[in-house]
Amino acid sequence: MRIGPIGFRIGSDWRSPIAQLETLYRDYPKPTDSIPDFTVRLFARRPWRRLIRPSVEIGGDYMLPEAAPLPLRQGLLAAEMAMNLQMALGARRYLLLHASAVERDGRALLMTGISGAGKSTLATLLAAKGWRFMGDEFALLDPATGLVHAFPRLISLKNEAIATAEAAWPDARMGPLMPATPKGDIRHMVPDAGAIAAMDVPARPVLLVFPRYGFEAETRPVSPAEAFVRMTQASTNYVALGEAGFHALTGLIAEVPSVAIDYPDGASAIEQVEALWAAL
Amino acid sequence: MGRTVTDACMLSRALADPASVVGLDADGWTALLAMARAEQLIGTLAIRLDGLPMPGAVKMILADARASAEQGRRVALWEAEMARRALAAVDCPVVLLKGTAFVAAGLSAGQGRSIGDLDILVPRASLDTVEAALLAAGWEWVKPDPYDDVYYRRWMHELPPLIHRERDRMIDVHHTILPLTARVTPDAPALIAGSVALENGLRTLSPNGMIVHAAAHLFADGDLAGGLRNLWDIRCLVDEFGTDGLDADARRHGLHEQVARSLRLVGALFGAGNARGVDRLYVRRLTARDGWGKPTRPVTRLAFYIRSHWLRMPPAMLARHLWTKFHKG
Amino acid sequence: MHDAVYRAPPIDGLLIAPLDEFTAVYHRASGITHLLTEPAPQILAVLGEGGLSLDALLDRLAEDYELSDGTREALAARLDELVEAGLVEAA
Repeated sequence: MRIGPIGFRIGSDWRSPIAQLETLYRDYPKPTDSIPDFTVRLFARRPWRRLIRPSVEIGGDYMLPEAAPLPLRQGLLAAEMAMNLQMALGARRYLLLHASAVERDGRALLMTGISGAGKSTLATLLAAKGWRFMGDEFALLDPATGLVHAFPRLISLKNEAIATAEAAWPDARMGPLMPATPKGDIRHMVPDAGAIAAMDVPARPVLLVFPRYGFEAETRPVSPAEAFVRMTQASTNYVALGEAGFHALTGLIAEVPSVAIDYPDGASAIEQVEALWAAL
Repeated sequence: MGRTVTDACMLSRALADPASVVGLDADGWTALLAMARAEQLIGTLAIRLDGLPMPGAVKMILADARASAEQGRRVALWEAEMARRALAAVDCPVVLLKGTAFVAAGLSAGQGRSIGDLDILVPRASLDTVEAALLAAGWEWVKPDPYDDVYYRRWMHELPPLIHRERDRMIDVHHTILPLTARVTPDAPALIAGSVALENGLRTLSPNGMIVHAAAHLFADGDLAGGLRNLWDIRCLVDEFGTDGLDADARRHGLHEQVARSLRLVGALFGAGNARGVDRLYVRRLTARDGWGKPTRPVTRLAFYIRSHWLRMPPAMLARHLWTKFHKG
Repeated sequence: MHDAVYRAPPIDGLLIAPLDEFTAVYHRASGITHLLTEPAPQILAVLGEGGLSLDALLDRLAEDYELSDGTREALAARLDELVEAGLVEAA
């Protein structure tokens, strides 16, 4: 399937993850020219492990030898992780930012932070309030234009975020609930039809937010140097892109205000975001 | 399990005869790209196919591959430069090896090549001084296991691996090109004596030296994983420099058989020649890759893996080594 | 080494993006991005390819930039850091 500008093909030693992917990604287009950018493989280390305590190893064009396998019932998660791995190690056309993104009026809001900071959840909540969802994991920055391109994969919701998202999107199509994965309970949500339809429309980034969940509401500016460093840490291919990466990221930091938001709950975060947006 | 119909002959054909890709359909291109990536040859493929008509998606993927190779080249040359600065005060020749040597000397074998760690060759007598200089300039040991360390220093052809603490890049310091336990002992001082100086003072092996090294590395040191890339290196070197005096040089290092086999395999894979006898097994091993980039032909691969260890160590030692490794898990 | 000459990359060898009190510097030969703070960017600007000795550098910095805590020892320490980072070569 194609997600934003990136096409994937998935091969698997088992049928079930493929069946799940086919269902959840059914409204997504095919790769450009039917030639994918990346190959993902889900495989059994030994032939008998296909049937006995089936254990899914993650691989493809790019592999990490230390990656731990997952049980077959978490095969969908393995596929998503494998796609992440290909992107993280192989993406070259765009600067990969570890951030969620939503768009309004052709302008994009980027939210970045460590796991658990809430960027996936916030993007989902903002999308329920009318923003266009662009992605929950990666935002693609085009070094040539400075525009952000959407990468609207299945949204990966963890633990309490699952209930929050289900409440905001009662009609959304969901993947299976996978309890007790290495990262807690996980459930995937298919982005809304509008997000999928608009996936090829880029937007100009105008605000960079560093959210922090579970604190009293507070907003404060982030210095350019700090934002720059945090963004290089959040980008898996900054170094690989060389000069283009440097120009893209320093350009972003120079043109876009960086703000830290502490928030106790989703509603408060949305309020703070809307206020910042209005003040731009 | 079905029989694999596709193998990496598709890739070797594409490299040898670029025009042959023009008829590929979407699935064919997809398979070719996956194989090229798996064999670390996608940068090379991009260079070879440059300018040929191809689908837009392929053009972009290959452009990405070229950009990656270019970035890799920059990083590799910088590591060489930092090694040069660190070793400037050490009075011994420092000879670059493998991919870094190819790009430093601007050889065709370096075009589009993916480069891993920095490999250098120094005289055995200078090892301690070189080690000390590197440690003083910010390299440190990749924490070795005490057993592995002893094994390394006594038997291997290189220092235990070093990694630079700031740049996080590894350097392998060799004093000869094959392990001391191998059945063949090349003439390291002769290799160094025949080396060629670059503008910045670093050196590369002579063209024949590079071919001999590539052949040694391919057959006597490894289990042939990544062999296609090695053979492509040899093909490029022969293309650029010819084979004058190669036979005599190969004999001096006890590697005549390996060099001869390399040349035959280059002919079989990238030329018009056909493989005969044992060579066909090698071709099978070298092209054991399917259209998903997956390694195939497990029995052939295992045979070569065992063989490579057998070549590197006397049997009793091998048993002890594998036993210890097995026990460590 | 009192008579060491310190050299920096040529003008087009560095891409410079001032951020705030930090400056992001991309070193083209290495592909490494450095985050530098005063007086490092100024040192690089003054040294250039021609190269200067420690004392000559100290004088030029005082002249061109009025750098406050310009002790010789501090400057030597900054230069060592830049040498380790690969931005400056000591010959």
